[in-house]
Amino acid sequence: MRLLRLCALVAALLAATPVTGRAGVSPDVALAKSDALAKAEQPQPPKEFVPVDEVPPGEQIPAINLVAAAYGFIWLAVLGYVWSISRRLRQVESEIADLEARRK
Amino acid sequence: MRRLSTPFIGLSAGMLLVAPWIINAAPYESTMGLVQKVFYFHFPSAILFLLAATICGIQSARFLFFKKPSADAWALAAAELGLLFGAMTLVTGPLWARKAWGVWWVWDPRLTSSLLLFLIFAAYLILRKYGGPGSDKLAAGMALFGMGNVPFIYVSVNVWRTLHPMTSVVPTLPTDMGIPLWFCFAAFTMLFLALMNLRATLALQQARVEALYLAEDEA
Repeated sequence: MRLLRLCALVAALLAATPVTGRAGVSPDVALAKSDALAKAEQPQPPKEFVPVDEVPPGEQIPAINLVAAAYGFIWLAVLGYVWSISRRLRQVESEIADLEARRK
Repeated sequence: MRRLSTPFIGLSAGMLLVAPWIINAAPYESTMGLVQKVFYFHFPSAILFLLAATICGIQSARFLFFKKPSADAWALAAAELGLLFGAMTLVTGPLWARKAWGVWWVWDPRLTSSLLLFLIFAAYLILRKYGGPGSDKLAAGMALFGMGNVPFIYVSVNVWRTLHPMTSVVPTLPTDMGIPLWFCFAAFTMLFLALMNLRATLALQQARVEALYLAEDEA
């Protein structure tokens, strides 16, 4: 009975002790270190409000480009649609004229 | 009808040419700066997008329940303009959002339901073009669902508080910003009505061509 208890105690101790890798560093410690490294490499999110002017240049898009694109798209869409309607109207009117001429 | 549309298109085109100067004179919004100027074209496009859906739905109901062929022509015209103004809304919105919110798109109720309405218009027009006989009635039913989406789109920003501004923004605008906004709105509305008039004329003329071909076949 004592022998069994001793075996159980040894087994529990072994389970509680971290397994060491080849280099003598436990995987848990290595993982924690790689997490810390990854965190240090990533840019940290700002802890408070950052004005637009202070945002890194890569994050800034000139507003004028976006405004010009918006207005340009609207103008192109309207012009394209007006052209498309006038073309279709001309087509259908010539077709009507042909059909009516044939009927006479 | 066609003669009536031409001066309105000319007038609205003139107003839209002048609009950038009037918009430029308006003060900058304090947090968004220059990019907020997209609003002066985005808002009228969005309202007319919803108006197109409403007109399309009402005319489709007239066509379905009262068998009015002219109502079908107006519904078709409204659907095509819904697609046009929907595209304007869905393109200008993300261009503004990229600067104001930092993202092109978010799946919030206003944006998602607007995209859904745009897709309903696209489906309506595809069905009309390639659906074959009976597709006019099927498309009219679809337009009713599109119209049902309109109140949902409008109130969505008030019910679910998301990134999109609420409907209370426009009535509380200062006069300096209100003048260019309503100027652009007037120009867009005139353009919308003139284009719808032209498109409905085209649909009626196409129906006339079909009737003439049928008469020729019978003779």
